[in-house]
Amino acid sequence: MRAFTYERASSVEAAAQAAAGNREAKFIAGGTNLLDLMKLEIETPTHLIDVNGLGLDTIEATPDGGLRIGAMVRNTDLASHEVVRRDYGLLSRALLAGASGQLRNKATTSGNLLQRTRCPYFYDTNQPCNKRTPGSGCSAIGGYSRQNAVVGVSDACIATHPSDMAIAMRALDAVVETVKPDGSKRAIPMADFHRLPGDTPHIETVLEQGEFITAVVLPAPIGGKQIYRKVRDRASYAFALISVGAIIQPDGTGRVAVGGVAHKPWRVEAAEAELPKGARATASILLADARPTEQNRFKVDLVERALGAAIAEAKG
Amino acid sequence: MQFDTPATTNPIDQLKVVGKPIPRIDGQLKTTGRAMYAYEWHDPKLSYAYGYPVGASIAKGRINSMDVSAAKKAPGVIAVVTAPEIGDRKKGKFNTVKLFGGDEVQHYHQAIALVVAETFEQARSAAALIKVSYTEEKGVFDLKEAMKTAVKPDEKQEPDTKAGDFQAAFASAPVTMEETYTTPDQSHAMMEPHASIAAWNGDAVSVWTSSQMIDWWRGDLATFLDVDKEKIHLMSPFIGGGFGGKLFLRVDAVLAVLGAQAAKRPVKVTLPRPLIMNNTTHRPATIQRIRIGAEENGKITAIAHESWSGDQPEGQPETAVNQTRLLYAGANRMTAMRLATLHLPEGNAMRAPGEAPGLMALEIAIDEMAEKLGLDPVEFRIINDTQVDPEKPERPFSHRDLIGCLKLGAEKFGWTGRGKPGARREGNWLIGTGVGAAFRNNMLLPSGARVRLGNDGVVTVETDMTDIGTGSYTIIAQTAAEMMGLGVDKVAVHLGDSRFPVSAGSGGQFGANCSTAGVYAACVKLREAVAQKLGFNSADVAFEDGQVRSGNRSVPLSEAAGSEGLVGEDTIEWGDLDKTHQQSTFGAHFVEVGVDVATGETRIRRMLAVCAAGRILNPITARSQVIGAMTMGAGGALTEELAVDTRRGFFVNHDLAGYEVPVHADIPHQEVIFMDETDPMSSPMKAKGIGELGLCGVSAAIANAIYNATGVRVREYPITLDKLIGGLPDVA
Repeated sequence: MRAFTYERASSVEAAAQAAAGNREAKFIAGGTNLLDLMKLEIETPTHLIDVNGLGLDTIEATPDGGLRIGAMVRNTDLASHEVVRRDYGLLSRALLAGASGQLRNKATTSGNLLQRTRCPYFYDTNQPCNKRTPGSGCSAIGGYSRQNAVVGVSDACIATHPSDMAIAMRALDAVVETVKPDGSKRAIPMADFHRLPGDTPHIETVLEQGEFITAVVLPAPIGGKQIYRKVRDRASYAFALISVGAIIQPDGTGRVAVGGVAHKPWRVEAAEAELPKGARATASILLADARPTEQNRFKVDLVERALGAAIAEAKG
Repeated sequence: MQFDTPATTNPIDQLKVVGKPIPRIDGQLKTTGRAMYAYEWHDPKLSYAYGYPVGASIAKGRINSMDVSAAKKAPGVIAVVTAPEIGDRKKGKFNTVKLFGGDEVQHYHQAIALVVAETFEQARSAAALIKVSYTEEKGVFDLKEAMKTAVKPDEKQEPDTKAGDFQAAFASAPVTMEETYTTPDQSHAMMEPHASIAAWNGDAVSVWTSSQMIDWWRGDLATFLDVDKEKIHLMSPFIGGGFGGKLFLRVDAVLAVLGAQAAKRPVKVTLPRPLIMNNTTHRPATIQRIRIGAEENGKITAIAHESWSGDQPEGQPETAVNQTRLLYAGANRMTAMRLATLHLPEGNAMRAPGEAPGLMALEIAIDEMAEKLGLDPVEFRIINDTQVDPEKPERPFSHRDLIGCLKLGAEKFGWTGRGKPGARREGNWLIGTGVGAAFRNNMLLPSGARVRLGNDGVVTVETDMTDIGTGSYTIIAQTAAEMMGLGVDKVAVHLGDSRFPVSAGSGGQFGANCSTAGVYAACVKLREAVAQKLGFNSADVAFEDGQVRSGNRSVPLSEAAGSEGLVGEDTIEWGDLDKTHQQSTFGAHFVEVGVDVATGETRIRRMLAVCAAGRILNPITARSQVIGAMTMGAGGALTEELAVDTRRGFFVNHDLAGYEVPVHADIPHQEVIFMDETDPMSSPMKAKGIGELGLCGVSAAIANAIYNATGVRVREYPITLDKLIGGLPDVA
């Protein structure tokens, strides 16, 4: 870990401004991912802006019947919130499928969206990794890639986004609210929030320097059976090989977002039109452009099978 | 004490204390945080500095130069020690690969430097500033490729064995099977990382460390430092797991000693978790070919087991054929081991080396053969039981009750009514059951102890035996208590210190039987000293309830001790009972699994182990050993694999997020039954090992249960869902 300076932000605007002119600054919230990465010198910020004291830790109803989730709401609190459990079961289930009780107690809503990949090569600073050291190459391509992405990949990177929560947020059409250093605000749909790796896998979101997440807003509930199916080798405390977040309506229509397959929560609206026809039809469009490696080819079948199980479960 | 004739009745047979379910006597220390592990030792009078190691970033080659100037100037840095500057040193006799020194890099993350600073954080930060220039060399990292050039290892490894004419018998057998199985590289993944503190005092050094084998470490550290062994004081009273990873001197101790020398301060060094998988040893991967031929009635007539594994030059094979030499009958047989050169980190012992991966293969093969014969796999194993070493029929087993384990296990588990593969389904779960035989040899190492009777009536045991979480403290206290007629509350046990008599140490499941036998021997000496002191005839002296009794005279032990106390010291040594007889431990594992019909995720539903391992010294600590081993076997069956990058030559998933050991949610229900037996050939304790038996065969039982659930036979461990889903029913 490199030495760093530390400040507690006094306001949202101050936080954004503090980070505005300093590319080596990072916000710190729960720290469940950032501190690990700093110890390994994968992240080497020289300045930390602690945003835990800014409030932003409440969940409030919005005028149009949705929920505004403060950026600092802890994963445990979000998962156990009464309205979330009742109306956004997918989100609650996705959260509880992730990490451990201890980590969820610390991890925040915005931090969860911003967590870095768990590609093992990203974690070993001796190995080339375009995400960690742009231009150094990708070790996972041609290497140990069982956990890596199968769709939306590039020649520069096949990392996945590891979040469970983000899969639910994407299926629920959540919107990320931010404040920029100049005080302006914007609302970024989850669909646009994370980027595909392309030639710049180190740039993972559309956030600008200093832009600060204040909340994530869920639109009014859409009902349906909400199923989060996380598939993993061990029963708990493991990142998804793949996960399926599905919202299935009584008429068989619905939404589906998939985790563990791409650099972002993977959802293809055109594929959802096929949901009434079943998992095979849906998955064939969802993963039409899949470019798996020898080691992770199974994920393509696995998505179809897990989605099939989710649809069957929804039909009850 | 020379143990060369079978044990007859002795004071242990009273079983007033030995064999009782006594909770760990060190349990309170552990649950209240007062048991000091290596890195936690703290003397307020000492000013500790912290060392952080640097591992090589290449798998093979040479260091051209190291630039440590920035590290030396970094805040808080006291000293930097580098391998080239230390130069080539003598290697200890238990290490295959050097631990530190010189400019050659033999494997990824081999230690090449240590930075010592005022704080751990300063040392870690400065370590990242060291710049190294290498000349990289090509290495061999892929066992599947390297096996083509594998050679017969040293004859002392017994690479080839045979009896009868396997080829002819296999060719003429009416029913045969032939398959190849693979097991991956595995990591010990113990909770407590390798850690040491070293403090020099003149030309002597004290080392607090985490070691399974005090005397082996001390000897090899002396060799490395080129000092007299007597100059080294090694202490390892508490150990947070070892599993074979702490059998042999490791670099944390070496670096702490060198760092303390350079810094002129006591220095603490722990290996960071991401360094452990590649810096230390691991269980090597194997490729195993098994052929079995049998009569229609199930009698095996031919059995062959060949295994290929790899290691660094001068390394050893994984002895995966061990159990096949002894487990089943069959007049015509052969085993062979071949060793390839690999430049991966050093392969070496991990819990039940040989048998654990060997049975992962053999016990699937037995299941496959039983199916071919149309026999129940329990019945097939019973048919092929042997009471003698099948390669050397003149050698009987000292005691063998595999059949008893299988029969009792089948009854308790509810084995009958097991369906055909893929036949049982509950909702989305395909349900299956499986069985595997457990087998592990019982090894005998000399073991010494000193027992002191104080005038307070307390008996203090001192031995360099270690407790790696196994319960050594408790069973040693029970042994001394039984021998001296006391309760365990009147026994103090001090372990893991090189000032104490050399013991067997912890490894190879020999620790419990050997170390308690050593304590037994020392207690015999102490009993004689007490009798002599009191003028009793030692033949008819009874030690009971804190009293020494002879005829109608009875004296409190505390009084017998006198003001000076009395001491007994001895070492148990072994005759040839393990040569005239085959000493082994046996068991049967039964497992029920559910496999998700859609995703292929396997979740274990229940596990039962029945063990025949001689006298059980303490059913609580023994059970704890077995359920821990079953858990390790679950990891081996389902998730554990060090993923090899065959281009760069290293284990990629080198932390506990990437190397998945079971979590609580993976282990729902475990039951352990011990056969009520003794083995008088094994020791005066009549006990044998249990800590590794529990791992042997369990992974195959899981594999067989998965096959029974799904009809998909997987022969490459771990059995992950990607190997199953292609064979599962359509669900889309």
